[in-house]
Formats: sequence, C-alpha cells, structure tokens
Amino acid sequence: MKRWTALVPTFYIVFLLLPIYWLLNMSFKTTNEILGGFSLYPHEFTFANYMTIFNDPTWYMGYVNSLSYVVINTALSVTVALPAAYAFSRYRFLGDKHLFFWLLSNRMAPPAVFALPFFQLYSAVGLFDTPIAVALAHTLFNIPLAVWILEGFMSGVPKELDETAYVDGHSFWSFFLKIFLPTIAAGIGVACFFCFMFSWVELLLAKTLTAVDAKPIAATMTRTASTSGYELGLLAAAGSLTLIPGAVVIYFVRNYIAKGFALGRV
Amino acid sequence: MTKTVNNKAWVFVLPVFVMVAFNAIIPLMTVVNFSVQETFGDNVFFWAGVTWFEQVLRSDRFHAALGRQVAFSAIVLAIEIPLGLAIALAMPRKGIGVSICLVLMALPLLIPWNVVGAMWNILALPDIGLLGKAINALGIEYNYTRQPYAAWFTMVLMDVWHWTSLVVLLCYAGLVSIPDAYYQAAKVDGARAWAVFRYIQLPKLRHVLTIAILLRFMDSFMIYTEAVVLTGGGPGNATTFLSIDLVKTALGQFDLGPAAAMSIVYFLIILFLSWLFYTLMMRNVES
Repeated sequence: MKRWTALVPTFYIVFLLLPIYWLLNMSFKTTNEILGGFSLYPHEFTFANYMTIFNDPTWYMGYVNSLSYVVINTALSVTVALPAAYAFSRYRFLGDKHLFFWLLSNRMAPPAVFALPFFQLYSAVGLFDTPIAVALAHTLFNIPLAVWILEGFMSGVPKELDETAYVDGHSFWSFFLKIFLPTIAAGIGVACFFCFMFSWVELLLAKTLTAVDAKPIAATMTRTASTSGYELGLLAAAGSLTLIPGAVVIYFVRNYIAKGFALGRV
Repeated sequence: MTKTVNNKAWVFVLPVFVMVAFNAIIPLMTVVNFSVQETFGDNVFFWAGVTWFEQVLRSDRFHAALGRQVAFSAIVLAIEIPLGLAIALAMPRKGIGVSICLVLMALPLLIPWNVVGAMWNILALPDIGLLGKAINALGIEYNYTRQPYAAWFTMVLMDVWHWTSLVVLLCYAGLVSIPDAYYQAAKVDGARAWAVFRYIQLPKLRHVLTIAILLRFMDSFMIYTEAVVLTGGGPGNATTFLSIDLVKTALGQFDLGPAAAMSIVYFLIILFLSWLFYTLMMRNVES
C-alpha cells in the first residue's frame, strides 16, 4: 500500500519533467540539428544559444525588465492587501461583502478584454513603456488574489491575540507590525509566491503596455520568429532561462506550503 | 468569528479600492463606450445603441466559440481537480521528499504562458517532437496541426500538465493543516481510508478546494496565450476559444464595436458563473 502510493507522485513528476527536458535538450542544440531530425539528446552539444543571450543587451535586458515589474508588483500588491485583508477578517463594515466580491470579479476579467483600454489609459497618464505601467496593470488581478489569500490566513488567527495586545498597551500599528505580521508570515510568503507567479507568467498585458525600453523577456522571445526564420535553439535557451526565477521563489516558500494552510474561510 | 461593526475599516480598504478601481473602472468604461458606438476611423464615433450586442448574441460564430470555451473548461476541471486531489493525498508528509515534490511540481506554474505554448507546440510535432513522435510510433496517426481531435487532445494535455500542480499545492497545504487528533479519533473508531477521506479530509479541504476550483475555472475560461501559441485556434476553427475569437475580432479585423460588445458579454458570463460557484460553495460551508 505504502509503496504503491509513492508511485503516483513519481509518475506525475516524470510527466511534468519530460516537456521541460525536451526544452533543455533543444536549448543545447543548434537550430540546424533541431530541424534536421529527431534525437533524444544533443549530438553536437553547444552553449552558443546561451552565449547569444548573455552577450546581447536586447535579450538579457528582457529578463531585467520582467523581473523589475514582477518585483514592484509583488511588493505593491501584498503591501496594500495586508491592511485590507485585516479589515475584511476582523470587521464588518458598510458594503464589505459586495466589495469583496467586486474585488474578486476583477480576477475574472479576461486580459484580452482589457488590452486595448489599458494601452489607452497608460499612454494617457504617460507611463507607457515603463515597468511601473505593467506592475500597476498586474495589480488588477494580483491585489484581489492577495487579499483573498491573506484574509484566509488572518481569519485563522484568534481575535484574542489582538485584544491581549491592546490590553498590554500596544497601539494598533505597533501590534499590527510587531505581533500580527510575524504571526501570519506564512500567509505573506504564500501571497508573495502567487503574486510573483501570476505576474511573471502573464504576457498579453505586459506586451501591450511596453514597446522598447521595458519589453519583457517573454515578448522578446516572439521576435525570433521574424528575424531569420525560426531560431528554435535560441528560443529554447531563452525559455529555459525563464524557469530560473520561479524555481528560486518556490524554493524559498516551499516550507510555508509544506506546513500547510486551510485558509480559515474563503 | 464574531466581527465588530466598524465603518472606519474602510480606511484600510481604501488603497486597495483606489488601485483596483483605477485599473478596472476606467478601462471597463472605455469598453462600454466602444460597445455602443460605430466608428469609421479617424476617431469619429456614432451612437449605435444595442446593435452590436444583438449582432454578437445572434451570431453563430459567437455561439460556437462559447461552446468550445465551456467544453474546454468542463473537461479541464473534470480532470485536474480529482487528479490534483489524488496526487496531494499520495504525496509524502515528511522528509526530504516533500521539498523535492513541491519544488518540482511547482515548475510548470512558473513558466511564462507563451513559453508553455511554444514548448508544447514543438513537443507535439510529429517529426521532431518527443510526444508527437512517441504517439505516432505507437501506430496512432497523430498530427495536431491537421486533426481537430488531436489538437484538442494536445490542448487538454498541455493544460493538465500546466495547471494540475496548482490544485495539488492547494490541496496538499489543506491536508497538512488537518490536526493529527482527527486521524487518531478515526483510528479509534476503526474508520477505513475511504471513510477518513469522505468524513475528515474532504470537509476540511472545502475552502482550499473552493479556491482551486474557482481559480481553475476562471483561468481555463480565459485561456488565451498558450492556446494561441500552440494551435493559433486551428486547425480551421477547432480550438478557437472565445478569448481567441475576441482578439481576432478586435485586432485582426479592427471591429471595435462588436469586439467591445463581445468583451462585455464574455465578462458577464464569467462573472455570473463564478458568482454561482461562489454562492453554492459558501452555502455548503455555512450549512
């Protein structure tokens, strides 16, 4: 029984890794070898694809641009979501339930719907082609998600904690920053992970709101199709490199997930 | 938890409200504006009333795209939710295996969506892709650029590959948080594995499952980038989902009015279905 259950995650992980292996495999091949025929591993092993990326600013700046708006977005979304989630978890106020669902409804707005109006809006306020524009645009779906996750974690913390702190003479902010935030550190970690993830993988809005200076890596990759046919090797190398930031982030938050959360109430 | 009534709590919510409103209300108004006007270019607009809405709601093309979108979401949810739950149940709870599983399983979630599309596009090619080559070697004729059912199979498989881990992570976190006392009580009562699952684990997972189902529903209903890169909506219109059709209308043909009307109808459908899921699951929680 025990041995049998271990097989399920193992099979699943193998299934997950096969496409990733194929991507890595191609990234070490020349485009000619990729198109030349089927092979399970690179016969003419090459780092040329990676060298091209690291030596060409239009390539590596794509990573810098993507990372900068993702980091700004994550910090911004979680910071403003913290007090809001506290309000939702502790107080009843005018319109609270409607507001909560309205926030969630923005998580449901298809980016395809908003692409053109976003372009007009951010051009009008003069932020077009800056990382700030993309960071702000991504708050549309990340703030609601962060509020949702954090509210769940906060509702799991008994209210007695707040009351004891006030009795002990803490002011609200002293309690909130010194006692409450450390208590829900796991929730903050999980919220950051999800904000990072959804901002890092989104392309449609990021591409719409940038032209040259702030172009994200995912958009830079689409140009390999136009310059000289399909440079598959280069595309695969660039794609492989997009795995790294995510892998680093999940490595840091893995313990929060491993400890578990039930999200008090939705 | 009993909550205090305090309208000053609005101060805490205000930053969130302002930022989301800036991003949501202004663009939404722009879309509403387009949806009731006719333009011949040069920024000249004429009032068109509900013409575009009538046109969209009556068009066969819209119905077909909506049907494909609904079918896709239904198939994907039916596979990913039970599969994710099963994998979470089978995962180790202690030791180094936990970290390995979590890090490796989260990888697909953290790949930009166009890279996911491009990966599967090449992986499934019958001549140079691992998957395409393997399926053809089994003696099954498979070419997703020509056969609609092969395109659907590849699309669903890609989504399962991409998103099942989200369900796994949420369910796993929920499972780990169940206190040991529950399991011990079940042991004392001599409960079998199925009873433990049905009466302890499943009820305790209700919250995380609600989040998982809602997130998977919303995102599969809005799937765009991966699908466009994988098949471009083809072969023919076989995988032209609502989102793809929408962008084709808005950018390809530059029909702003119909595209805007379609956007609003699309948004309202997602809103209504999500509200339905949300209320149904909340009712379950309260009862």
